[in-house]
Amino acid sequence: MRQLEEELKTLNETLQEMGSLVAQSIHRSVMSLVEKNEDYAHQVLRDEARINQLEMQIDDLATTLIAREAPVASDMRFVVTAIKINTDLERMGDMAVGIVERSLAAMRQPELPLEVGFTEIGNLVESMVLTSLDAFVKRDAQLARTVLAADDAVDKLRNTITKQMIELMKRDPTSVERALDYILIARRLERVADHATNVAEDVIFMVKGIDVRHRNLPE
Amino acid sequence: MPEPTKPQTAPVKMRAKNVNFYYGSFQALYDINLDFATNKVTAMIGPSGCGKSTFLRNLNRINETLRDTRLEGEITLDDENILDQDVTAVRRRIGMVFQRPNPFPKSIFENIIYGPKINGMLKGKNAAEIVETSLRRAALWEETKDKLNESAYALSGGQQQRLCIARALAVNPEVLLLDEPCSALDPIATSKIEDLLITLKHQCTIVIVTHNMQQAARVADTTGFFLLGKLIEHDKTEVIFKNPSRKETEDYITGRFG
Repeated sequence: MRQLEEELKTLNETLQEMGSLVAQSIHRSVMSLVEKNEDYAHQVLRDEARINQLEMQIDDLATTLIAREAPVASDMRFVVTAIKINTDLERMGDMAVGIVERSLAAMRQPELPLEVGFTEIGNLVESMVLTSLDAFVKRDAQLARTVLAADDAVDKLRNTITKQMIELMKRDPTSVERALDYILIARRLERVADHATNVAEDVIFMVKGIDVRHRNLPE
Repeated sequence: MPEPTKPQTAPVKMRAKNVNFYYGSFQALYDINLDFATNKVTAMIGPSGCGKSTFLRNLNRINETLRDTRLEGEITLDDENILDQDVTAVRRRIGMVFQRPNPFPKSIFENIIYGPKINGMLKGKNAAEIVETSLRRAALWEETKDKLNESAYALSGGQQQRLCIARALAVNPEVLLLDEPCSALDPIATSKIEDLLITLKHQCTIVIVTHNMQQAARVADTTGFFLLGKLIEHDKTEVIFKNPSRKETEDYITGRFG
């Protein structure tokens, strides 16, 4: 195999390893929340170091590949996408850590009533992450587009949770600390969805060579 | 009918229309349609034997010096078919620089003045002025101004190639054809030639054949990809190197060809 092919293959595999680890962390962070499972939470905290290590490894592989091979066309789009997805994945890993830190605190307190539960928003966010990574692995722009479509639903769910918690804090001042935790968790889940959206947009660029970001910007 | 060439980035200076070319019974070019935009650099890339140099050499009718060759189609300069015109006049308007520097075994001064002299362009003009202007346009004046009467062979390879460019420029061509002009040069000399091309395009239309794809990516406004005597794709250089339309182009520029 040519050196370029070898380097592209290594970059692709490392990115998939990173993606898989981040997807697991997101899953575990949601489960720690929904099932009040401490083991899942601690696993997320343990995996953060590996995710950070992979982030640096991927950047190193990508910059070396650019320096040595000067990739063009689909190879260039892949390497640029790898660098961008890498950043989004690492941020998702940070969000998972942020979620379990709050969920560890929340699970020691009595639960607050939620009309829209974390299961609903958690499942949706997790599915966006998995679909965006699947679209990357399969080089499937159509699949990536389904992720973009889901982002609004997550925003709505997050807004619902936030409003509900604000109402609760007004009615019951003893709930403030827990309600703030819930708001932060919802906020972080929504940020994960934003990063999954970025990944999906980058996959569309990688596959089709078109930029679908910021489509609502004025000309 | 073959597809018309894109893109239209500027008015067309030269145009190849349905060009077919034969070496004896061997057909080297098939139905080439390609526009060269005014004051732009057009690069032609492709694997060895793809016909890009053959095509370039038709653009100032150098191929006619070879026996048993035949050209079909039309090549226009400012909308007039160059095949119907006096060949010397055509070559004065369309200059050429080759792969290896080929200065005449004469002084730097005589190399430059040769073209204007045989084209009768010296009447009432100052030869020294033409030499200085040409060397300045080729970014060689500062290095040669104190040794104009020395042999051109005393120059380095990169300087010799810029001398050849200055020699071509001395007759004020409207189009400059370059056939792999940097293939015998080191990276520094290559970089000087590339900078020169980017400056020169404001004065004439440039067509370059290159094996070095990064060179095409750096200097060309548009790039055409040739394969097996056919023009597969011609587009803005950034499109060719970011997202080419044709799989053959993608395979070639990413090194997966063959």
